[in-house]
Amino acid sequence: MNTASELELEHAPGLRRRPRVSWLAVSARAFVVLVYFFMLSPLIFVVWLSFFADAIPSFPPSGYTLHWYRQAFENEAFASGFALSFKVAVVAAFISVILGVSASLGVVRNRFRGAAAVNGLLMSPLVVPGIVAGIAIYLFYLRAENILNIDIVGTYAGLIAAHVCLTIPWTMRLVCASIGGLDTTIEEAARNLGASSLKTFWRVTLPMLRPSIVASALFSFIVSFENLEVTLPLVGPGHTTLPIAIMQYLEFNLDPTIAAVSAAQIVLLGIVMLITDRFVKLSQVV
Amino acid sequence: MSQVSIRNLRKQYGSSVAVADFSLDIAQGELVAFLGPSGCGKTTTLRMIAGFVEPTSGSIFIGGKDVTYVAPHRRNTGMVFQRYALFPHMTVAQNVAFGLDMHKFPALERDARLKQVLEMVRMHTLKDRYPRQLSGGQQQRVAIARALAIRPEVFLLDEPLSNLDAKLRLEVREEIRALQQELGLTTIFVTHDQEEALTISDRLAVMHDGCVQQIGTAAELYERPTNRFVADFLGQMNFLEGAVGTDGRFATRRGTTLGVLLDDSATNAIGLRPERISLTHQPLSGEGSLPVTISSSVYKGSTLEVRAVTDNGEVLLCHVQNNARAHAHPSAPGVRAFATFTKNDCVFFN
Repeated sequence: MNTASELELEHAPGLRRRPRVSWLAVSARAFVVLVYFFMLSPLIFVVWLSFFADAIPSFPPSGYTLHWYRQAFENEAFASGFALSFKVAVVAAFISVILGVSASLGVVRNRFRGAAAVNGLLMSPLVVPGIVAGIAIYLFYLRAENILNIDIVGTYAGLIAAHVCLTIPWTMRLVCASIGGLDTTIEEAARNLGASSLKTFWRVTLPMLRPSIVASALFSFIVSFENLEVTLPLVGPGHTTLPIAIMQYLEFNLDPTIAAVSAAQIVLLGIVMLITDRFVKLSQVV
Repeated sequence: MSQVSIRNLRKQYGSSVAVADFSLDIAQGELVAFLGPSGCGKTTTLRMIAGFVEPTSGSIFIGGKDVTYVAPHRRNTGMVFQRYALFPHMTVAQNVAFGLDMHKFPALERDARLKQVLEMVRMHTLKDRYPRQLSGGQQQRVAIARALAIRPEVFLLDEPLSNLDAKLRLEVREEIRALQQELGLTTIFVTHDQEEALTISDRLAVMHDGCVQQIGTAAELYERPTNRFVADFLGQMNFLEGAVGTDGRFATRRGTTLGVLLDDSATNAIGLRPERISLTHQPLSGEGSLPVTISSSVYKGSTLEVRAVTDNGEVLLCHVQNNARAHAHPSAPGVRAFATFTKNDCVFFN
């Protein structure tokens, strides 16, 4: 901010002056560095901690080791948790993208009565606290189980359905923004050249939306993979996701194994996020 | 036989009328321009012909077939859009081939046509580029090639030059006209630029408020506009309002009596093109000269734009050609002068 206004002043006629280092600019920069450090410190410490040699973390560490990573990979709960989280996140992202693209097209393109209400409804999971949503979905599933006489709580399908609710606001946001920016005359050009509306959708509309579709799939994956609160009431015994496995481990243990698991998760999600950002600048939607 | 025939076309959005009652026949190989200010209904009409807008009533015939309610992709019209509307994820060649693929041309003919149209617009060397790698003029040429590749029965252009800079606009305009002539394309060209419309078209339809004001050749519309909107919209026009007196002479509302004798006593306004008024130091013999005072003079390069005021305060805009004799004409502010014009120079309105 400070440098920007100084630059402007420099370019303003009659106000030309030598750029000087003001204490305000320096302290503003220092503040930014501090904020970054504050935001990143948990990540930095988690990764650092995962290499500590001591079973009970203490400063300074007596040495460094990769032992906790082996411990983490050999832990049955973590391995199966990771597998379940991964499967749920992939399927939830896939369903969420299909539903999200269809819903976005409907809401943005056809201004039907209640389009705004539908949009609001699909965005609403964003405003409900995760734990509340989780318990509400849990109660709903119990009720549905009674009526339909089938198992839902603790099942793979039940978990995926809940995660789709969780991820759909993000796909909607990304895809709606992208559809809104499309030049509709491009689709008209396709129609004019002899493409039916279906062909136009496959050959022109969908390819133009591809960046936002890929980004929303990756983003849904992240949201689903790291979710704890909504998932908590919905998992069954021996059937937990990675974040829940971590939480359960923490109830009885406190050693750097957990830091090693977290570090692995941070690296995985970080990579997914970097890939996502190449398709759509995440700063535009989050 | 007319290639395109539009009968009593009407489009209404709620209570607002976009196109009121549009009828027009376009001959095979003719280029008709739809000209009018924005919001006059010209683009809506074009979109109805392409099939993107369904008319409220009326009908459209292309090549003798009623296409009023036919879906756009079954019409065989080739449209060029204002913002080019190229497919951003396809190369130039893929863009142009899109229509050919949709019409399922056999591979051999597809490739031959693709090559032919790309050469026609001189884009064959750039056929593997993506639209974002092309300049505006190049993109518009690709859009033209894409529309022409399918050999449309009607070629539709929606303000195709308005996004190009002045020099390029002239170039692409001439290119479009040359292609249209060469291929004998029945063409509709929508524009709000009168110079564009006057120079490119065989005929023009001037539109205003959803109604066609007048249809005719450029000369017809400029020389004999049938109403004041057309007269005012095309070029510049001085209007003198008044009535025809008992002696057959036209007297303006402010009391200036003109020398011209009129046949039609119902005339209530006279239109005079600025270039039809001669300004001289001495009165000219003939149909009578009007004494005026020069009030201002603007140098515009090829012409001088001189404002002359009659003794009753009516302002006449006059164009004086900037030639060897220009200095012989009065143009200095404050100078007394005479404005002369004949009946042939006037347009009469009722």
